[in-house]
Amino acid sequence: MRALFRKEKMWQRHKLKPRYDVVVIGAGVHGLSIAYYLAKNHEITNVAVLDKVYLGGGNSGRNTAIIRANYMTVEGVHFYSESLKLYEELSKELNFNLLFSQIGHLSLAHTDSAVNGLWRRAEVNKALGVNSRVIWPDEIKRMVPALDTSDRPRYPVKAALYHAPGGVIRHDAVVWGYARGVERHGGEVHPRTEVIAIDVKDHQVTGVRTDKGEVIRADCVVNATSGYCTTVSKMVGVDLPVVTHPLQACVTEPLKPFLDKVVVSANLHVYVYQTDRGELVMGSEIDPYSSYSQGSTLETLESIVAHALELFPGLRHVRVLRQWGGLCDMTPDYSPILGEVDGLKGFVLDVGWGTYGFKAGPVSGKRIAELIATKRTPDIIRPFRLSRFREDRLVSEKGAAAVSH
Amino acid sequence: MGFLLECPNCGKRDVYEFRFGGEAHRRPRVNSSSEEWMKYVYMRENVAGVQQEWWFHRLGCHKWFLAIRDTRDNSVMRTFWMGEELV
Repeated sequence: MRALFRKEKMWQRHKLKPRYDVVVIGAGVHGLSIAYYLAKNHEITNVAVLDKVYLGGGNSGRNTAIIRANYMTVEGVHFYSESLKLYEELSKELNFNLLFSQIGHLSLAHTDSAVNGLWRRAEVNKALGVNSRVIWPDEIKRMVPALDTSDRPRYPVKAALYHAPGGVIRHDAVVWGYARGVERHGGEVHPRTEVIAIDVKDHQVTGVRTDKGEVIRADCVVNATSGYCTTVSKMVGVDLPVVTHPLQACVTEPLKPFLDKVVVSANLHVYVYQTDRGELVMGSEIDPYSSYSQGSTLETLESIVAHALELFPGLRHVRVLRQWGGLCDMTPDYSPILGEVDGLKGFVLDVGWGTYGFKAGPVSGKRIAELIATKRTPDIIRPFRLSRFREDRLVSEKGAAAVSH
Repeated sequence: MGFLLECPNCGKRDVYEFRFGGEAHRRPRVNSSSEEWMKYVYMRENVAGVQQEWWFHRLGCHKWFLAIRDTRDNSVMRTFWMGEELV
């Protein structure tokens, strides 16, 4: 019995070593999954994951934990569907209950052009083996009885893209599970260790310096930060096409279970689901100006709530408990930036994650680890290289959420 | 975090009255290299600190102006018309 309730340290406190094979900057789901797959798939265990705050203190703990693969571009669908498959096996893989609920995901359309967008997404998804289909108000009403599908709202619900494998997962648990996995495979996590400089010699990364004055040697440094990805890249003189915008979300008091789907409306700039504890998590689109402030605003709260009430008029007496903000690194084409940089060896990017980073954690970890170990860029992440902006080969992802296209 | 922004024409107003126009940067000369045009179109300083940026008073006088703002805490140091200071 005692063994059942024994406390386990998920990760240890280490002294920084003078040399690592790989240093990962940013201990969120991306940084930790890179270190995890480096050790597990490629036996590279001399790895340190550094973070300037606590583990998962950035967007890994601030996102709304929604997972889906129903994107619009071929590149995006391939990529996010591999991530979804990894998430499906992740509790078993990490031997840690991540509370993954594949409750299904509904993207609502309120205009004819949005319905056309859903058709296109459904066809791209089906062709690539992702389970998505367009459904109409009568079926939507059966799935989500609390949703107002009448013609009362200013923008009535016309159709929805139903994506059955979508769902929600406990985002903190994903971070902790990966961190424990890193430690069990011999890697190290170092919270509260800020990187202030990256050393380069002859176009080759040679190590990093921390805020405590340590100098660490490493031939490979990964930028897996969110919010500060431009700041970190500038340490080695790499320009990024990124603008950082806050994104706000809120959570209500717990209610009896009434909603077992993720409901998203791009037209109304809102997404809503009910957690296992009964709270409603609601997110907005990105703030209309760039900022590094994680504070929240009354205007955004009013916007989230007003639009949520358009969808669920029965919620008008429900009280909001908390509101918070996270930093989204927006790229011009709503796709991430992954892989190496021309003219600088040993610097790997896993940045530009905008509003879609959490759901991609496992796949980018696995594929960036493969890139580091084999020194070859895997096909699935090749479209997201930084040089696509120079080559004019953008991956315009109009299936991204929480942004106005 | 919200804040007030001083339109040089209309005075201090809520930031939601304005449209953000991005950081101010110089347009390259017409015969510049495609590398320079690529940087102008896509690359951004995106500084965590003080930046010079464009704003448009969409719910007011419909004028574009410039502001100097700290992106870490949204404090606005100065607002002014184009031409009053270097972009």
